[in-house]
Amino acid sequence: MESLLNVQNLVTSFRTADGKLPAVRGVSFSVQEGETLCIVGESGCGKSITTLSVMGLLPDNGEISEGSITFQGEELTHKKEEEMRKHRGNDISMIFQEPMTALNPVFTVGYQMMEPLHLHTKLNKKEKKSRAVELLTQVGLSDAEKVLKKYPHELSGGMRQRVMIAIALACNPSLLIADEPTTALDVTIQAQILDLIDDLKRDLGMGVVMVTHDMGVVAEVADRVMVMYAGHVVETGTVEEIFENPKHPYTKGLLASVPNVDDEEHSLEAIPGSLPNLNEKISGCRFHPRCPFATEKCKEEDPPRFQISNQHQSKCWLHEEATTNESRHEAYS
Amino acid sequence: MVGLIMKRFLQLLLLLVGISFLVFMSMHLAPGDPATIIGGPTATESDLQAIRTDLGLDKPVLVQYFDYIRGVVQGDLGFSFQNNQSVSEAITSRFPQTLNLAIASMIVAIVIGVPAGIISAIKQNSWFDVSSTTVALAGISIPNFWLGAMLILIFSVELQWLPVGGLSAPFWTIEGMKQLILPAITLGTASAAMIARMSRSAMLEVIRADYIRTARAKGVKRNTVVWVHALRNAMIPVITVIGLNFGFLLGGTIITEQVFAINGVGRLMIDAIAARDFPVVQGTVLLVATLFVVVNLLVDIIYAFVDPRISYD
Repeated sequence: MESLLNVQNLVTSFRTADGKLPAVRGVSFSVQEGETLCIVGESGCGKSITTLSVMGLLPDNGEISEGSITFQGEELTHKKEEEMRKHRGNDISMIFQEPMTALNPVFTVGYQMMEPLHLHTKLNKKEKKSRAVELLTQVGLSDAEKVLKKYPHELSGGMRQRVMIAIALACNPSLLIADEPTTALDVTIQAQILDLIDDLKRDLGMGVVMVTHDMGVVAEVADRVMVMYAGHVVETGTVEEIFENPKHPYTKGLLASVPNVDDEEHSLEAIPGSLPNLNEKISGCRFHPRCPFATEKCKEEDPPRFQISNQHQSKCWLHEEATTNESRHEAYS
Repeated sequence: MVGLIMKRFLQLLLLLVGISFLVFMSMHLAPGDPATIIGGPTATESDLQAIRTDLGLDKPVLVQYFDYIRGVVQGDLGFSFQNNQSVSEAITSRFPQTLNLAIASMIVAIVIGVPAGIISAIKQNSWFDVSSTTVALAGISIPNFWLGAMLILIFSVELQWLPVGGLSAPFWTIEGMKQLILPAITLGTASAAMIARMSRSAMLEVIRADYIRTARAKGVKRNTVVWVHALRNAMIPVITVIGLNFGFLLGGTIITEQVFAINGVGRLMIDAIAARDFPVVQGTVLLVATLFVVVNLLVDIIYAFVDPRISYD
């Protein structure tokens, strides 16, 4: 079956004063219709840049240097700005982290909601308005007519994020990319927003890529999980496999740093050290300086991805025995 | 909004009282006697005394001030010492020229400054940006009188395209427009430069905002992102600069009016100061202060229209 989104060997670099630095180093993943893929990792690991690469919204000094991104079978990396623009907000939508600043303060909610409808559909003014009301109701905002006339500063953070989601859903996207959509919200609102995205995904059959650093969010919404570290995918698997049988030392570290109230003996374990800079040259595995299990081989050779099970892969020498060479680079669906 | 206007009006009254007092006192305390100027070099001491009595200058200064204020409250700004013309008349006959010039200069400044600043910001570090910021720096640094003189030399004396000076024809006639062009450019250049710099920095800040990324993620065209989503957000500081500049220009621009032989408020004031014509000086200063406050009030009102987060209720 053809994937909704298929990213192969994506390398995204930034031109800086120190030369061209890769922020995403050969990332591959795919998303099916009706599936939620969570991308997890520390801030700066390249997860947001990966999603911005898909949207074609990289900052001016960023570029996709290698790899391919296909959406519904169409290659996106060679598309011109105008062609990409027609996808954005239409069949590929994105919601962002900061609902407080992601809406334009000087335009009404109505104006901002109807803009994608105006750009991507042929609806007339009245139809656009009724669609906007329908969307706001769908994302759980009562009194939608009134909300349309409001300015963003007149809404709470949770309401603004609902408006953002409504805008993203305006043209019935096939793929929704959510970059930490709940990080800036209160915990109670977080759960509501996650449920909302989950419900909408089910109802509309969208594929969802959710970027987060919160393992709690992952457990709640993910079908599959992709763990990123320093621009690489270090582990990927179904949500059950990642939580019950994490393989990569970094994934284990991430899970160990989540508080657990049920287990009084459980002590929080921080991963020692911090994420390397983009321009830092590290031989072998980029995680080895922080890895408690690092061997001599880890310092010298960058590990390939080893197949643990059908959908589970780990980019760590510790799992060399678990697999055969033939299946190393096999694409996972 | 009504509250704001009322508040500003009260502030204006206080301000005018303060300014009139300061100007009145500084004029009277400064050396130079209007009577000697009016009487001329041949006047005797008794002639001078007669002139002083006639103008009320023999009374104590505070009494003179209160007499003056009493008149102002009744709408009487007094009479010029020089030609006995009423001060209100002198101002109303000169103000249209100053207003024409101020509006024309602001149009020049906005039409050049805003687009230049915005294009500079969206093409940061391009050749356009570098040259426009350089020109803007030059625009702020070049003295008015020099720029005016150079423009006259080139366009009036050498090429003979435009008149050397004066602002006699109404601005809606071809002749009037021709007369306005050079002084408007002379005056507008510095404002254009300031507006360009402010637009550029405001735009640079806005263009990196999250809501700009949101707009692009919705599939909004690049031009619409810049000229609709970003511009309105970047306008607040630019409107402030425009308001301040317009306030200054309305106060009459002494040098440019002098260079282009325009009989505006600026020249009226400078001539009155030289002649120790107290009532005219005070009248023009009060006018300038009032206009400044009114323009700033307008700016505040415009803020509320541009940015819905600003409310005066």
